[in-house]
Amino acid sequence: MLPFVFQRIFTAIPTLIIVTIMVFSIQRLLPGDPALILAGEEQDPQVIEYIREKYHLNDPMPVQYFAWLGQVLRGNLGQSIRTNQPVTQLIFQKLPVTLELALLSILIAVLVSIPVGVISAVRKNSFIDYLGTLFALSGLSIPNFWLGIMLILLVSVRWNLLPASGFVPFAEEPLENIKRMIMPAFVLGTGLAAVLMRQMRSSMLEVLKQDYIRTAQAKGLIRYVVVLRHALRNALIPVITILGLQLGGLLSGAVLTEQVFTIPGFGKLVVDAVFNRDYAVVQGVVLFTATAYILINFLVDIAYALANPRISLSGDET
Amino acid sequence: MSLELGRKQRLFKLKNRALRRFLSRPIALIAGIIILLFVVIAVFAPQLAPFDPAKPDFVSVRKPPSDTYVLGTDENGRDILSRVIFGARASLVAGVISVFIAVLFGVPLGLVSGYYGGFLDEVIMRFTDALLAFPFLILAVALAAALGPSLTNAMIAIGIASAPAFIRLTRGQVLGVKAEEFVQAARASGASDLRIIFLYILPNSFAPILVQATVTIAGAIIAESSLSFLGLGVQPPTPSWGGMLNVAKNFMNQAPWMAIWPGLSIFITVLAFNLFGDGLRDAFDPRD
Repeated sequence: MLPFVFQRIFTAIPTLIIVTIMVFSIQRLLPGDPALILAGEEQDPQVIEYIREKYHLNDPMPVQYFAWLGQVLRGNLGQSIRTNQPVTQLIFQKLPVTLELALLSILIAVLVSIPVGVISAVRKNSFIDYLGTLFALSGLSIPNFWLGIMLILLVSVRWNLLPASGFVPFAEEPLENIKRMIMPAFVLGTGLAAVLMRQMRSSMLEVLKQDYIRTAQAKGLIRYVVVLRHALRNALIPVITILGLQLGGLLSGAVLTEQVFTIPGFGKLVVDAVFNRDYAVVQGVVLFTATAYILINFLVDIAYALANPRISLSGDET
Repeated sequence: MSLELGRKQRLFKLKNRALRRFLSRPIALIAGIIILLFVVIAVFAPQLAPFDPAKPDFVSVRKPPSDTYVLGTDENGRDILSRVIFGARASLVAGVISVFIAVLFGVPLGLVSGYYGGFLDEVIMRFTDALLAFPFLILAVALAAALGPSLTNAMIAIGIASAPAFIRLTRGQVLGVKAEEFVQAARASGASDLRIIFLYILPNSFAPILVQATVTIAGAIIAESSLSFLGLGVQPPTPSWGGMLNVAKNFMNQAPWMAIWPGLSIFITVLAFNLFGDGLRDAFDPRD
């Protein structure tokens, strides 16, 4: 187990370093003076000179990078030009909203995709299977912002069942919060459900071919016991990995969903920052999400190795 | 000579069988026809569109579908049908060019990484992992923010963000093909690295790269429309499906027709590319 953990750490660290170099480069190496970019619409030469000093912009590039990295490691991602708030504070303010949206959408996606995937695999080439495949491909192909707009048109404008937009914190009004989050979560979960369903179906088909499943059936176990107790557990493993890998996609989706439903989360923060030319916020959000993604996938891998002793023994599962 | 002949025969057989299998799948064929239709619409947009897609007509603002305006008009009185027809251009260009960028970066890096291995492989793979760690749209948004919003920059951002898939895929293919006997034989007969890569490895990795490219076009079309929806892609008044939806969301009560057609166009086009990609994958899959 330990060699596996170390191996994962040794691959995660260089990746993290490259991520910081890339985030740094996006800002520094692109055309245009970074001091002007950081200053936003502020054109006062004194302010620009101050920024140049503060961020070591007159120094050679490697010195600039390490100065910046030192700040980042101390949790200082800079300040928003608009609100003067520290970027870290802004991120942690908006994060819970997006996390709630993401968790709800994962819940919806899992609740839909696992049963549909299992049924599609067990009843391969049946009508239900074709319907499931059609659902999955549609889920992959539908732009989630359009799905959001269509749902608002039907559910909110035409039927008047749910509010079209806005956000109420769960702690203040739980019911109102759920009423406003259910539609965005459904929209965000559709793409994920499609991916998970396809994976669930194919890994279930793979597992159902295995010898131990045939043995279980030969022993006379009832079909659904074989499927649910013997096959599902093993078939779920790749689905969980895919779920980890889809978290980035979920965040991308959240950017759009939050825009459609006017939810004040992470995605809206970054889009607003782009339009306000609030570059420190954009950079902070990009760095934070990439780091979080690497850490989450690292933890998923470790959890995975704990659950599956074959991986930890070989130590080089790829 | 016999090695060369064997290589060509092998590829010919593979392509022939794949083509036969592909043609026996009606859904993939229909998807192919839809893609063809989409390309024709994009190319011949000026001939097909009944009105100028960018010219405002303030007498007919937000008119519902009628005999004159089949799909209605938008907030500036522009014909939605004409804008949907012209919008196909942005999607086609974005889909094809960003995938071209991704292939141009991804395939050579994957080839080098898989073929030479060692430290170079390690560096390229960590770079790929790092690129994969950026949520695609957030990376694209950051690049669009730094470079300025435009279709060109959106395509660069989408191309860069899609490259890791090609790096990994090509590397995996190379690792598989490298061990095959015909590659070993070519190496034993003194073929150079470049010759082996271009004549033996690349053609044998072609099928999965083609499948990935088709599916990536689907993703790129959604990505372009997403960026345009956020206002970071195609800039008005040039029509794009995402941009049209961006405006349409402000008029959902007054003019719901504005939102239906651009979205439906994205959906159908992307679905066609996904179905086509699935069909290609099945046709090339040696396991069936």
